[in-house]
Amino acid sequence: MKAIYSQIIRVGLILAVFAIVATSLVTLTEENTHDKILDNERQTLLNAINVLVNHNNYNNDILADTLILGSNKLLGTRETTIAYRARLDSKPIAVILTAIAPDGYNGNIKLLVGINYDGSLAGVRVISHKETPGLGDKINEKKADWILKFNNLSLQNPELSKWKVKKDGGHFDQFTGATITPRAVVTAVKKALQYFDQRRDALFEEAK
Amino acid sequence: MNGIYGSIIREGLWKNNPALVQLLGLCPLLAVSNTVINGLGLGLATILTLVASNGLVSLLRKQIPDEARLPVFVLIIASIVTIIELLMNAWFHELYLILGIFIPLIVTNCAITGRAEAFAARNPVGPALVDGLMMGLGFTAVLVLLGAIREVIGQGTLFSEAHLMFGESARHFTIVIIDDYRGFLMALLPPGAFIGLGLIVALKNVIDARQKTKLAIIENTIRAEAVA
Repeated sequence: MKAIYSQIIRVGLILAVFAIVATSLVTLTEENTHDKILDNERQTLLNAINVLVNHNNYNNDILADTLILGSNKLLGTRETTIAYRARLDSKPIAVILTAIAPDGYNGNIKLLVGINYDGSLAGVRVISHKETPGLGDKINEKKADWILKFNNLSLQNPELSKWKVKKDGGHFDQFTGATITPRAVVTAVKKALQYFDQRRDALFEEAK
Repeated sequence: MNGIYGSIIREGLWKNNPALVQLLGLCPLLAVSNTVINGLGLGLATILTLVASNGLVSLLRKQIPDEARLPVFVLIIASIVTIIELLMNAWFHELYLILGIFIPLIVTNCAITGRAEAFAARNPVGPALVDGLMMGLGFTAVLVLLGAIREVIGQGTLFSEAHLMFGESARHFTIVIIDDYRGFLMALLPPGAFIGLGLIVALKNVIDARQKTKLAIIENTIRAEAVA
């Protein structure tokens, strides 16, 4: 009987040693890579923003000039998101919003929407989606230039009633075999523009 | 090369292929084999993990108590995967943005625990490393083949989005096999993965059966000649 207990304790202790060594190694790696990873993520975010707003057009620290937005129906967000503001010598240039199209073919489509101070679109990019490969994923700028066609459009151009896909009588192309995905993105971008329209000045208010 | 290493190579690539014979690691295999490049990405990440985990398990095999070996394997594999993910995120961020999504999937790949248990825990480091490499290559070969089949049938191309892995200069790697193809969605969705893998397994069995009959015929001839 005693032998069994000492056996159990021995194996348990060895297992504990393995667990401690393994966790320490992971922790050690995490600590040594933490700053570098944060730096990389910052750079990636900055690159994503600079695709939407030319970095020659603003000179503030855009990653620090942020505004926390509560969840909002027009943005389709259920959690708080961060808006990044671009300014040139404290003159407002553009704002980068996160918008979610909740009605994709397969769940949420997360978008980064850049809107110039004059209400025109600086650009739109898809951050994450689960749309069907080969069909709905043409919303990704790496696969097709569809998403680039939003550049410079606004609620007046095309007029509000044309902010639909062509199949619904609107201005925007759908894809062969996929209408739901582009329809969801067009609606989400339109709503983001409306959100901007309603509270432009609040969005650019300087942090105190 | 015909000794133990030769047989390890044959086992990993063909006779005991993790995806075709052991049918291990199907969860990530079926999930990301919709294009050649995706398959290659998961394959490379799996090879790296398999070699590292086989090597480490083999090194520690005398210290790992038999009764607790499975939890220890899980610990080792989970730590390796996490450390690889962190290092890649820090030092190869571009590559991480592409392969990153595949790395957590590897934890669910029971081929890795399977090789730790069946091979690395019973063999010296050298053969264990080769076993990891060969099993990984065998797994990758099936991933790439299945990816190619699904990509051609599903969207009529090969090597689409190669630039995600090999950089901008690889953009023209994409080969359009069928011009103006409307696509066949099912090949890209999970059922296509199951059917495709089933067909590859069947093909392997046919080849093996042919080989066997050929061998039997040769043996018979030899026997007949000996009798004569």
